[in-house]
Amino acid sequence: MDFTFSEDQLLFQSSVREFLVGEVTPQRIRASWERDDGRDPDLWQQLTELGLVGLTVPEAFGGLAMNELDFVLLAQECGYVALSEPLVHTALVAVPMLRELGGELAATWLPRIAAGESKVLVGLQQNLVVEDAHVADLLLLQQGDALYALTQDDIELRFNESVDPSRRLYAVTIRPGAEPIARGERAAQLAAAALDRGALGCAAQALGLAQRMVDLAVSYSKDRQQFGKPIGTFQAVKHLMANVAVRLEYARAPVHRAAYSIARGDGVAPRAVSQAKLLACEAANLAAKHSIQVHGAMGYTWEVDLHIFMKKAWALANTWGDAGFHKARVADYIFSEGAQLGAGATFAGASA
Amino acid sequence: MDLAYTEKQQAFRAEIRSWLAANIPASPLQSFDTAEGFAQHRQWEAKLNEGHWGMVTWPQAFGGRGCDLIDWLIFEEEYYRVRAPLRVNQNGIFLLGPTLMEYGTAEQKARILPKMACGEEVWAQGWSEPNAGSDMAAIRARADLKGDSYVINGQKIWSTRAVWADWLFGMFRTDPDSERHRGLTFILVPLDTPGITVRPIPQLDGLPGFAEVFFDDVEVAVENRLGDEGAGWQVAMATAGFERGLMLRSPARFQETARRLVELYKANSGSADRDPGVRDAVIRAYIDAESYCLATYQTACRLGQGGKIGAESSTNKIFWSELDQDMHATAMSILGARAELLPHAPEAVGVGTWLDGWLFSQSGPIYAGTNEIQRNIIAERMLGMPR
Ligand SMILES: Cc1cc2nc3c(=O)[nH]c(=O)nc-3n(C[C@H](O)[C@H](O)[C@H](O)COP(=O)(O)OP(=O)(O)OC[C@H]3O[C@@H](n4cnc5c(N)ncnc54)[C@H](O)[C@@H]3O)c2cc1C
Repeated sequence: MDFTFSEDQLLFQSSVREFLVGEVTPQRIRASWERDDGRDPDLWQQLTELGLVGLTVPEAFGGLAMNELDFVLLAQECGYVALSEPLVHTALVAVPMLRELGGELAATWLPRIAAGESKVLVGLQQNLVVEDAHVADLLLLQQGDALYALTQDDIELRFNESVDPSRRLYAVTIRPGAEPIARGERAAQLAAAALDRGALGCAAQALGLAQRMVDLAVSYSKDRQQFGKPIGTFQAVKHLMANVAVRLEYARAPVHRAAYSIARGDGVAPRAVSQAKLLACEAANLAAKHSIQVHGAMGYTWEVDLHIFMKKAWALANTWGDAGFHKARVADYIFSEGAQLGAGATFAGASA
Repeated sequence: MDLAYTEKQQAFRAEIRSWLAANIPASPLQSFDTAEGFAQHRQWEAKLNEGHWGMVTWPQAFGGRGCDLIDWLIFEEEYYRVRAPLRVNQNGIFLLGPTLMEYGTAEQKARILPKMACGEEVWAQGWSEPNAGSDMAAIRARADLKGDSYVINGQKIWSTRAVWADWLFGMFRTDPDSERHRGLTFILVPLDTPGITVRPIPQLDGLPGFAEVFFDDVEVAVENRLGDEGAGWQVAMATAGFERGLMLRSPARFQETARRLVELYKANSGSADRDPGVRDAVIRAYIDAESYCLATYQTACRLGQGGKIGAESSTNKIFWSELDQDMHATAMSILGARAELLPHAPEAVGVGTWLDGWLFSQSGPIYAGTNEIQRNIIAERMLGMPR
């Protein structure tokens, strides 16, 4: 039993954090809002050079061959800076799906991903719209009982504007003639695995977003003076933030457990992911609610950076399975016959 | 990261499981807030100690097994799984014992620890006073050094188990001119010393679970001082320290409550579902109990590798005490009109021990540092907000 990350994993996390905090500033995020496609090719290039884009790509295809557990701490850091580029989507969802598909598709696209030449994204029925479909060189799309691998020539896109200007969302229609790459059971399995991975990505980012909002609000509470003292000295303000800290503290381990289960492929993964996403997104939503309160009217402006993180948190809470979907999955388990509950059950299904 | 138990850990689990199966009392003991129940629980402590199960994290030299925190969590899981008796010895073995090992003299350890371990001497805590609750530094009870003895005068209150306990440990003001955290000394007091009056205080359930303790020229030999004179605050902080906070309420306890809550809900879902919030609360209880377990394992592993725990441990107290209250509130909702009935009432069918648990859960946010005090600590020391 060792529920800790290795020194290497922690070191990697802190170097990625340093990079992201330095490069992915709120100013840079705002600048990308102004661009037509909303994306930042220079940043993608930098992420590629750091090996992050190809982190989960096998070595044979030019990647670093790391797994979901290696990536989860980095996904937290992506959340901390509200990274808009589809890095978490790529490393946690698209690459594993290509790995699973194997063959020609994997051999063609994985090296291109690792080299930063192509973007591959995934669209699931569970999601109303597809993130970043407009920049996908290849779109792995679930429709009906089939899974398709599509290029821009095969699809028509309808833009859906999000409350979070960083998120570029599209409804996708497949042009006639495209042939599925998987059907039935196989397609459903691939999509289910992708959903768990996408949800894990949301959960990990939500942890980072929550932490960022706490940091912003705490820092504001030290500067802003009312009644002749910093507002952070008022107990009502303190306790708002303390309540966030409590929920955040108890959301982390479940996210790490979910990443472990996915990396090991143990049967616990779906419900571990659902618990993690519920807890982490709730913590992030609470952080948003209390952080805006601590900022007063400033928090209600476009000008102050808080909304960059708040809006992403709101969006993540209801994508890759909304709260109802994930709660229902947990409920199905705990109310089922033979569910392992109670003391000693938590790690019963964990594989070594 | 490797979330599988090692073979050694599995063997340890099997060992405690079979020992408990063979030794657990055939029927539940009476409440330890009764004279008879207290005696039964004392006997149970002796039995646990015979099997070296009294405190598995204690060093072998003192009758423990030198286990790490993960083994301790496993022990607790097995213990709560079979609903083994609550620990009447908790103050001694969880709090004072480790502090003694750190600050005590060799003579004190030899004299005190063995009797503590076997339940021959049960300990009460004496921090709170009528005017020193959350503000513990306002302690006024005095201990004046006269020759080889301290002479104690004053009053302690809310002292859990003091009604039948043998000893009390706590803080007294040894420097009459001192203020706040200074001039306090940690002293161990035999409760049968002349001049001590223990006045039981009935708790919400009507039983005298705690007591007021009056000191009237009580003479205590100086050999019962723990740590240096005037160093009481530091020693006390070690007793109430962060790691101890982690051990006060292990996840197993709440996971078992969550499991029983799921069962209660399933058995009553027809009526319970009339309030759609109930089902959600049951799901939440399970999720939060799981996350408490996961977070505790993660912290325990980190500490086992030499990590430190700081003010973030204050989140722990808030999390479990609110979870416990919420779970019991949900059980009360499910039981509906039966919820208020005492277990022996003729119509109280299927009420289990939920009412007792509900009553006790009301105290969680108050004892061991109120949740408001914990929130202050989190805001100021963990988040760095201004004082
Ligand atoms: C079941 C139980 C067992 C106990 N066992 C023991 C024991 O064995 N030994 C022992 O010494 N004590 C024991 N206690 C006492 C316990 O430690 C105190 O109750 C606790 O420290 C709070 O003190 P108080 O009751 O005087 O409340 P107060 O300090 O008067 O607090 C009343 C309310 O005011 C709030 N408050 C006070 N100060 C602040 C502040 N600075 N900021 C915000 N809010 C504040 C509190 O949070 C609380 O809500 C026990 C208590 C209970 C309920």
